[in-house]
Amino acid sequence: MDKAARDVQRPALMARVLILFAHPALHKSRINRAMANAVSGMDGVTFHDLYEVYPDLHISVDAEQQMLREHDVVVFQHPMFWYSSPAILKEWQDLVLESGFAYGEGGDALRGKRMLSAISTGGGQEAYQRGGSNHFTIRELLAPFEQTARLCGMEYLEPFVISGVFRLTDAEVAAEAARYRAAIESLVGPEGGAL
Amino acid sequence: MSLFQIFVYLLAAVIAVPFAKRLGLGSVLGYLIAGIIIGPSLLGVVGAGEEVAHIAEFGVVMMLFLIGLELRPSLLWRLRVPIVGLGGLQVLGVTTAAAGIALVSGLGWKPALAIGLIVAMSSTAIVLQSLAERDQLKLSAGQSCFSVLLFQDIAVIPILAILPLLGTGEVAAGEHGIIAHLPPWLRALATIGAVVGLVLAGRFLLRPVFRYVAATHLREVFTEMTLLLVIGITLLMGAVGLSAALGAFVAGVMLADSEYRHQLEADLEPFKGLLLGLFFITVGAGIDFTLIGARPGLIAALVTGIVVVKFVIQLLLARLFKLGWAHSTLFALALAQGGEFCFVLLAFAQGAGVLGAELVKPLTAAVALSMALTPLLFVLNDRVLQKMFRRHLPVKPEREPDKIPAHDNPVILAGFGRFGHVVGRLLIANRIGCTVLENDPEQIEMLARFGLKAYYGDATRADLLHAAGAARAKLFICTLADEQETLKIVRMVQREFPHLRILARAVSRQHAYELIRAGVDDVFRETVGSALDLGVAALRGLGMRGVQALRAARLFKEVDEASVRELANYEGDESGYATRARQHGANLESVLRRDSRMQKETGDDAWDNKPRDR
Repeated sequence: MDKAARDVQRPALMARVLILFAHPALHKSRINRAMANAVSGMDGVTFHDLYEVYPDLHISVDAEQQMLREHDVVVFQHPMFWYSSPAILKEWQDLVLESGFAYGEGGDALRGKRMLSAISTGGGQEAYQRGGSNHFTIRELLAPFEQTARLCGMEYLEPFVISGVFRLTDAEVAAEAARYRAAIESLVGPEGGAL
Repeated sequence: MSLFQIFVYLLAAVIAVPFAKRLGLGSVLGYLIAGIIIGPSLLGVVGAGEEVAHIAEFGVVMMLFLIGLELRPSLLWRLRVPIVGLGGLQVLGVTTAAAGIALVSGLGWKPALAIGLIVAMSSTAIVLQSLAERDQLKLSAGQSCFSVLLFQDIAVIPILAILPLLGTGEVAAGEHGIIAHLPPWLRALATIGAVVGLVLAGRFLLRPVFRYVAATHLREVFTEMTLLLVIGITLLMGAVGLSAALGAFVAGVMLADSEYRHQLEADLEPFKGLLLGLFFITVGAGIDFTLIGARPGLIAALVTGIVVVKFVIQLLLARLFKLGWAHSTLFALALAQGGEFCFVLLAFAQGAGVLGAELVKPLTAAVALSMALTPLLFVLNDRVLQKMFRRHLPVKPEREPDKIPAHDNPVILAGFGRFGHVVGRLLIANRIGCTVLENDPEQIEMLARFGLKAYYGDATRADLLHAAGAARAKLFICTLADEQETLKIVRMVQREFPHLRILARAVSRQHAYELIRAGVDDVFRETVGSALDLGVAALRGLGMRGVQALRAARLFKEVDEASVRELANYEGDESGYATRARQHGANLESVLRRDSRMQKETGDDAWDNKPRDR
């Protein structure tokens, strides 16, 4: 879709945000439920629950690519699983980010868009550093996502991280969810909406 | 009929019929034996009551109605040559031969002709029931039998008209129905009028009536309407002196195209079965063993005469009509007995003074005996005669298998019905070369309209699979709905084409066991997949996450498949099987519980679900 058409539908300076949410056991995660609830139904935001839409991992490439075309910001929201994302998000990347669409010759559908990783981790911030139990920083571990964004010509934003989720009180969970909503809101704009 | 009599009839049937079936003698013989045992000659628990016989004859009427329902007018029209040609020649041939023998044995030409006409009749009830039970009704021999029987039903009318002309006495009043006293031209007019009326009513009146009745949504009213129709036809036909069975047949044909066909069949089927059974019992009970005991030689000669004369004439006719030997013997044997019309005609002939009691009595006994003999002749045909023709008669109507052009398709798909066409379409959509065999011509026609090509042919035949390129194929997929047929095909493919990997549809759990024991690894129970899909939808509908619901279904399937595989080996050892089955039930439960614990319980250390309040 070209830029002019988009501008007719939406006020100028508002970006449209696509949240690709991946959690295979949502009923077991307080924080991800809270985060999901916080951003669902927001104006300008499409919340796309990958495991619910594709429980058998049979991802529709066409539908996903169309969604990407219709949005300006792509958010990968997921828990940190084995220093990466849950399986469906990898499958999504493998299938949807085709040559000729996301990269390679004529693959400029994502050029100029932005990408954000919004993740939750069980371990605390202190674990993600040299000398910590996870040795690497979160930013380092997310290098594959960052490089994916780069190859697709996207801007990779500073990740949104909620860490040490086991230790959070219910009140803190609510506060973190609100912080997440605010972060998404700022992506939508108006001030953050300028491409 | 008293309640006690009903009890005796039912008891005799329930004991004798399963027994006869077990011995491979067919249900008809079972009923006949039951009748002989409870009849006046042996136990004498029931008489050869006229009243019971009248009720029982409804069974025959209903059978013809049901057969009519299966025959669309267009199909009937296609049978016109065998009906008139074969039927006409059968009546003519048997009448001539039997009359000739009677003449030679010293009877006058009039009684001889009467006997000839009478013994030309065969038993619609016994023949059709026996053929249907053996699935032979659709064979060309079966179709020929049906055509002849239909012609005989029609021929009864002129025979009833001829008999009085041969006699000396007066026709007993009432024999010809309520129109007996009308002048002949008016009588003929009434008869034709009744038939035309029936056809017109069947075409234009019955459908709206059934629609009106069906709109009540009361099942029993529909059944009542159906019974009312059949009994009404019987009364009408009786009134004009026509065969009630013929009338019912015509009404059935008229309704064959209607949307109520299946409902009518379902409603009448149990009544037909019951009454037909009763009919066979009354025939058995009616056999006069005292007479047979008194004049064994005469009766034996008569029975042999009837059977042999009819067999020979009919065999010649079948050959004349270009039936193969196997079909010809089936046709000739099937019709080699006297029928229920003989009883009516014999009584009528006696009343008209054509035949004396000294002839009618032994003839009646001989006809009944020849009827009782028929199921035995069928068994003889199955077990001895057909063996001589190398191959058993095919079960389906004969049609030459389609020529299959040479090709190198990797897949042979047997069966393109409800199950097979899904498999086939998936393969074809993915450009997999697929040779499809199907033995239902209608299905092939239907699929052809959608551009799908299936070849007509019986997949149980090795030569046909050869033609289909089985030697070069990789997969053999069997999607037939018939359990035994599937096993037969699978065994043949294993024997003739051991290189083919077999994927088979299992109709039931039991069938899956048999296929696994036959050595098939890829067995697919036909309902499991869709039932689990539905189950997943139900779980999701209740709020379970899609991925959990899907995993639960997959786990269920894995455990269930494993249990099928293991239980397959316990067939035959029933107590062992039962124990195993219980264990597997418990096993499945425990696995599911473990799975649900894994997924549902909160507080798992790997998750942040436990509410915290520091």
